[in-house]
Amino acid sequence: MDVRGWTYVLVGVTFALYVGIAVWSRVRSTAGFYVAGRDVPPLANGMATGADWMSAASFISMAGLVSFMGYTGAIYLMGWTGGYVLLALLLAPYLRKYGKFTTSEFLGDRYYSQTARVVGALCTIFVSFTYIAGQMRGVGVVFSRFLEVEVETGVVIGMVIVLFYATLGGMRGITWTQVAQYAVLIVAYLIPAVAISWKITGQPVPQIGFGATVAEGTNAGRFLLETLDHLHRELGMPAYTDAFVPGKKGMLDVLAITGALMVGTAGLPHVLIRFYTVPSARAARWSALWALVFIALLYTTAPAVAAFARVNLIQSLHGVAVANVPPWFESWEATGLIGFDDKDGDGRITLSGDAQRNELRVDRDIMVLANPEIARLPAWIVALVAAGGLAAALSTAAGLLLVISSAISHDFAKSWLAPGLSERRELSLARATAAVAVLIAAWFGINPPGFVAQVVAFAFGLAASSFFPALVLGIFWKRATREGAVAGMLAGILFTATYIVWFEYVSPASAPEGYWLGISPEGIGAVGMLLNFAVAIPLSLATRPPPVEVVELVEEIRLPRSREV
Amino acid sequence: MSEANPQRRGYWRANVRLMALLLAIWAIASYGLGILWVEPLNRFQLGGFPLGFWFAQQGSIYVFVVLILVYALCMDRLDRRHGVD
Repeated sequence: MDVRGWTYVLVGVTFALYVGIAVWSRVRSTAGFYVAGRDVPPLANGMATGADWMSAASFISMAGLVSFMGYTGAIYLMGWTGGYVLLALLLAPYLRKYGKFTTSEFLGDRYYSQTARVVGALCTIFVSFTYIAGQMRGVGVVFSRFLEVEVETGVVIGMVIVLFYATLGGMRGITWTQVAQYAVLIVAYLIPAVAISWKITGQPVPQIGFGATVAEGTNAGRFLLETLDHLHRELGMPAYTDAFVPGKKGMLDVLAITGALMVGTAGLPHVLIRFYTVPSARAARWSALWALVFIALLYTTAPAVAAFARVNLIQSLHGVAVANVPPWFESWEATGLIGFDDKDGDGRITLSGDAQRNELRVDRDIMVLANPEIARLPAWIVALVAAGGLAAALSTAAGLLLVISSAISHDFAKSWLAPGLSERRELSLARATAAVAVLIAAWFGINPPGFVAQVVAFAFGLAASSFFPALVLGIFWKRATREGAVAGMLAGILFTATYIVWFEYVSPASAPEGYWLGISPEGIGAVGMLLNFAVAIPLSLATRPPPVEVVELVEEIRLPRSREV
Repeated sequence: MSEANPQRRGYWRANVRLMALLLAIWAIASYGLGILWVEPLNRFQLGGFPLGFWFAQQGSIYVFVVLILVYALCMDRLDRRHGVD
C-alpha cells in the first residue's frame, strides 16, 4: 500500500476512535460539560494536558524551528516546558481547591469584582481564538499534503469531527479523546525519531544519539554536534551550538522570550482549566507532574530530531548536482515547501550563510513532515506522522473551544446577563456556543488572517501580562485588592499590546533596531508581567484591604482539604 | 489558618519555604545554566554535548520534571503531617 492508502486507513481509524469515545462519554450536566465531572484520574489528565498543550506548532513546526535556530531554539524548548513548574507550584492545586468552572470566575470572586471577571473572560476569548485559527489551518494543511485534497476540504472534515465530540461530550468527551490523541501523537513522533537516530548515530534513543558520534560517511566517529558546527562554519553560518554570536538573538532577548513563554504557559486559560477536572488539590499536583513527563517526552526528542534533520539536509543536498537530487526532494518541491534557485548557474545546489549566494529555500515544517521520507522509512510510518499531526491540532482546538464556550455561557450569560438561567438551558447554550465557535474557527482556518503567526506572540504576551500576576497575587497575598489587580492587569495588557502592535503593524521598518533593550515583541510579555506586579502591589497597599469573606476564601483555598470535613 | 491557628500557619510557611527553594533551582537551571552562563559552560563537554548547550536543550527540561516530582512528594508528606490531606 502507498502513503496515501495508509494515510486514509490510519486517519480513518483514529477518527472513528475519537467519535466512539465521544458517544461513550456524552454528558448531561454543566459540571460534566465544563470540568468533566471532576473525576479524571491524574495520569489520564496528564496525558490529556499533554495533547491539549502540544499543538500543530509543537508537533509540526518546532523541530524545524530549532533546526534553523540552533542554540537559540532553547527559547521554545525551555519556555514551553518551564511554565509547568510555575503551574504545579503556584497555581494548579489552589485553583482546583477553589473549584467552580472557570479561571475568570476565580478572578471575579477573589477580587470581589464583576469587572475583573469580564476582563478575564474577554482575554480568554481573544487568546483562545487567536490560537484556534492556527489549529484549524494545521488540520487543513496536513490533509492537503498527505491526502491531496484542498485545504478547505481538510478544514471542514476537521471541523465536523471536533464539532461532534466537543458539543456531545463537552469536557468529558474532550478529555478522553485527548488521552487517545496523546497516544497517537507521541507514537507518531517517536517512531521516526528513533529510526533516524538509529540511522545516523547507531543509537536508538534520540536523546542519547543527539550527543553520540556519527556512524558512517566522511564524518564517521566524530560527534554529531561537532560535525554540525563544522558544517555550519564551512558554509559561512554561525556554529549550531554557539549561543550569542552575530546572526543569533542577544542574551537579554533570549531571557525575555523564555520568560514570557514560561509565564504565558502558566496563564493560558485552556491549560489552567485542565486542572479543574481532577478530584482534589493533591491530584492536581500529581497531574501537573504527569503532564510535564508526557510533554518532556516530545520536547527532549524535538531538539535531537532538529540536529539529525540539519545534518541530513546539508549532507544530502549541499553541492549535489540537480540531476542527482534524492526523490523526496522532487515530491516536496511540488508542495512549495522546498525550493532551489541556481543563482551561480553551475547546476549544483549551494547552501550558504550568505543570502546572496544561498540557493536552497526550506520551509521549517518540512523537517518533521518529510523526515521519514528523507530517512527512507516505510509508507505506514509516513502516514502515521499525518495522523499524529491531526491528533495534535484537533486536541488543542477542542480544548480551546471549550474555554471559549464556558467563557460565554458561564462568565457572560449565567453570571452577568441572565443570572436566572436554569442548568439545562445553560448546558444547551454551552453546546450552541461551542458549535458557533467552531464555525468561526473554521472560517479563520480557510481564510487565515495574515497576522496568525504574530498573534501567537500576542496570546502568550497577554496571558503573561494579565492572568499570571493577578492569579499569583490573589493566592499568595491576602492584601491584594480589587483596585490593584484590575489596574495591574490593564497596565500589563496595554503596555504589551502597544509594544507588539507598534513593531508588528505600525512601524515594522523600525524593527529590530528600535527594540527597547533589544527585546523583541515575542518577549515583551515578560516586561508586561513585571509592570503588572509593579502597579498592582503599591496600589493594593494604598487602597482599602479586601473584605473579610475574601480573606477567608484565600485561607480556604490554601488548604488541600475543605474545612467542614 | 487564621492567626489563631498556629498549626495551619506552620503548614503554609513550610509550603512557601519549599516552593521558594524549588523555584530558585528552577531559575538557576533555566535562566542561569541555560542562558546566562551558557558560554562559559560550553567550554566543558558532556559526551558529545557542549555543557551549556545541553542544559539549554535537554538538562533544564529534566530538572523541571524532577522539581515537580519533589514538590508532589514533599507536599504529600506535609499534608499528612499537618492533617490537611
